[in-house]
Amino acid sequence: MEGFLPWQWCLFWYALSIPVVSYGVVKIKRFTDKNPESKPLLAVSGAFIFILSSLKLPSVTGSSSHPTGTGLGAVLFGPAVTSVLSAIVLVFQALLLAHGGLTTLGANIFSMGIMGPAGAWLVYRVIKGLGWSPSVGIFLAAVIADLLTYMTTATQLSLAFPIPTFSESLIKFMVIFAYTQIPLAIVEGILTVIIFDYLIKLRPDILRTLKVLKPEETSESNKKYPEAVKE
Amino acid sequence: MNNKHLILVITAITILLIPFIFSSGSGKAIVGSDDQAASAIENTGYQPWYSSIWEPPSSEIESLLFAAQAAIGAIILFYVLFHYRSKNKPRNN
Repeated sequence: MEGFLPWQWCLFWYALSIPVVSYGVVKIKRFTDKNPESKPLLAVSGAFIFILSSLKLPSVTGSSSHPTGTGLGAVLFGPAVTSVLSAIVLVFQALLLAHGGLTTLGANIFSMGIMGPAGAWLVYRVIKGLGWSPSVGIFLAAVIADLLTYMTTATQLSLAFPIPTFSESLIKFMVIFAYTQIPLAIVEGILTVIIFDYLIKLRPDILRTLKVLKPEETSESNKKYPEAVKE
Repeated sequence: MNNKHLILVITAITILLIPFIFSSGSGKAIVGSDDQAASAIENTGYQPWYSSIWEPPSSEIESLLFAAQAAIGAIILFYVLFHYRSKNKPRNN
């Protein structure tokens, strides 16, 4: 989609995204200095985005699209950190795959790296607050990250091309993007649950440091997987 | 736990297979939603003002690069998981 946004909009989305990404970089630095043991988990979150966003999956509508993979990073580290991880993937795709683009990078970071992860983070916190299972939380968070990313893209395009009107344009782009995305979002949710369960099993201690799990949930999984308890 | 994951994987695969069942026979190709959006924009009369610095020379090379992206991610992911796993194992074997 290189060159598909008028330059004013390119600048606008860059202006919104750059501060968040910069804050994310500072946050990563500060957090990994304090908790060096969380670095591998950061790598996992980035790698998960790399894998999922490389896949082009078919959807029921006869269209295909990419999952985002940002739900995991958003739940573990929050939206600002995830915006940095997404920016890395988006630059890679823009330069090597002619996918996305440098002019639209700001807009793509905003949809995939900020709005999607912010929604995911919020959903997970709400579900955690309600005391529901972390699996339900991570599933819905990943689904929301995916859907919200593409709904944001649809909104961004309708703002730039309100032809004939903004709302008619929004419906048109929502049909193209969001509708296709629903089954893919569910698949993405499932894959994220599996990797998340595995991380709970392997390192409940780090997830507790990240405040992703409540202490009692960790002790529960410690009982379930006594081999994961550190001596 | 394993049963839960097995059911989840089967559900995911089923969701991904449905489009093939429906599109077989209709003869319609599966089009990327990004390409659909691009043509919707061009239908409004807009011309992209910038094009990519470099584009993969063919769709085969593009697929190769997408596969490379997935591979990089998978190597990092499984390296870390393997690292975590070996740390968790008791060292008496």
